[in-house]
Amino acid sequence: MPRIDRAEVLRIADLARLELSPDEAERLTAELEAILGYVDQLDALDTEGIEPTAHAIPMPTPLRDDHAGDALPPALALANAPESAGFAFVVPKVLDSDEA
Amino acid sequence: VRFATIGELRGALDAGRTSAVGLTEQALERAQAARSLAAFVHLRPERALAEAAEADARRARGAVLGPLDGIPVAIKDLLVHEGEPCTCASRILEGFVAPYQGTAVARLRAAGAVIVGRTNMDEFAMGSSTEQSCYGPTRNPWDPSRTPGGSSGGSAAAVAAGIVPAALGSDTGGSIRQPAALCGVVGIKPSYGRVSRYGLVAFASSLDQIGPFARTAADCALVLEAIAGHDPADSTSLPEPAPRWLRALSGDVSGLVIGLPREFFDPRGVDGEVLARAREAVAELERAGAKTREVSLPHASYAIATYYLIATAEASSNLARYDGVRFGRRAAAETLGEMYRRTRSQGFGAEVKRRILLGTYVLSAGYYDAYYRKAQRVRTLLRRDFEAAFAGCDLIAGPTTPETAFALGARTADPLRMYLSDVYTVSANLAGIPGISLPCGFARGLPVGLQLLGRALDEATLLRVADAYQRRTDWHERHADPRAWEGTA
Repeated sequence: MPRIDRAEVLRIADLARLELSPDEAERLTAELEAILGYVDQLDALDTEGIEPTAHAIPMPTPLRDDHAGDALPPALALANAPESAGFAFVVPKVLDSDEA
Repeated sequence: VRFATIGELRGALDAGRTSAVGLTEQALERAQAARSLAAFVHLRPERALAEAAEADARRARGAVLGPLDGIPVAIKDLLVHEGEPCTCASRILEGFVAPYQGTAVARLRAAGAVIVGRTNMDEFAMGSSTEQSCYGPTRNPWDPSRTPGGSSGGSAAAVAAGIVPAALGSDTGGSIRQPAALCGVVGIKPSYGRVSRYGLVAFASSLDQIGPFARTAADCALVLEAIAGHDPADSTSLPEPAPRWLRALSGDVSGLVIGLPREFFDPRGVDGEVLARAREAVAELERAGAKTREVSLPHASYAIATYYLIATAEASSNLARYDGVRFGRRAAAETLGEMYRRTRSQGFGAEVKRRILLGTYVLSAGYYDAYYRKAQRVRTLLRRDFEAAFAGCDLIAGPTTPETAFALGARTADPLRMYLSDVYTVSANLAGIPGISLPCGFARGLPVGLQLLGRALDEATLLRVADAYQRRTDWHERHADPRAWEGTA
């Protein structure tokens, strides 16, 4: 039984906000299947009771004094925006509530 | 002189034989003449020459900033440089102009280095060949039909072609060390947290690290000193001050114990000539007084699988920001959801999409524990492997890559095969330890790299051993023939 099928790839693509052409979906299903087949080798390892590592070098979260620092000026923050108005980024209408 | 080290260029500047403007003009001319290599994606001649003129003015009034003042360098196209483009070789960042200054770039500039341009890379640093670039592939100066490696292939090629004596890259799974090996130059990935990631466009945040390429270990030490050290703008930046690595280059390796992992010297899966060069390099270090012993990294063969689960998970999260709202490219659409999808689908290349999908999958409900959490646990086992190995040795040595530079196009159809190019390098990122690759000879005319891995925060030993090796050998003085890329002249 395959680890991943085309429907699953399309579901994941939707989560990642990517749309795939039929050819891309076909190719990616095969590629992800091969990659997942490869990573299955980890199943051979018993990791019961092993702590997960999120960061290799353990460091406490550094704290700083609670005062405002220099932030990017609004005009500069907006300078790269595809579309802006005043102090805001402009986006197309949100018509479908499930896409918001 | 072409293919000079920073040390040699500094000597020429000090003696008045050249000027920063002269060096910068040369670098820009060579970059132009080497366009067929596609090492650069952006040159900034006017600004570079203005920076060089400032360096010359400082020198004239006796106010030289330090050993990098007036030295032309290049930076990878994922390092933010205020007021300049930064595309990560992706269509999705077309037209982006950085609104702030990254720390590594700020420190290079504060040291007086002249930034001549931005170098080519795999899109968002996802690749091992610099072929996954919206600008097209970079070519290897030693053989332009072959890859320079990746993802920092442009930086490696720019140094190997003698355009600049040093360049910055980034290394998430080998992206400095692997191209350094394939291009016959030195490249170091510092310990995680050694160099601030502020202004480094994120790929996999728990693995990414900035580091230099140069012709010698001494030059790498020099550049690393300039860019390393604590930065309050990066919460993962180590509090320790950066050591004066250059001073530690004593040339003496006597008594050091070099661990040789049997997994890195297993003849299966590695080119015999590459392995032979690594063994010869280790033998040279033994003649210099180092001792060797066999060690084991029992989980090393699981590193690629572990890496591709963790790196893609982090990437899928980091790359969520490219949505067409605040910067970069936006596709025309009627609704917001449609705009997100079209922008991302048109803006990202094939490898980036593949990794976002894999990362989204392994983080999604039902698969998180089986893939992502599992990989994080194996990451712990890999860290322990290194801790156990370093209990019996001071550093670890082996080949940097399983093979020399492969032909362009040879791996692009097979993502897994491409991933295996990083089989010896990814473990260092997972464990957070430093690694360096240095030239140790040739296999069928192509450069071979020796990789040295050290304990966390012990770049000093790696640089000292690499420098000692270079004092006894001349592989780093060999260079590719410019006629290979400067046309038919």
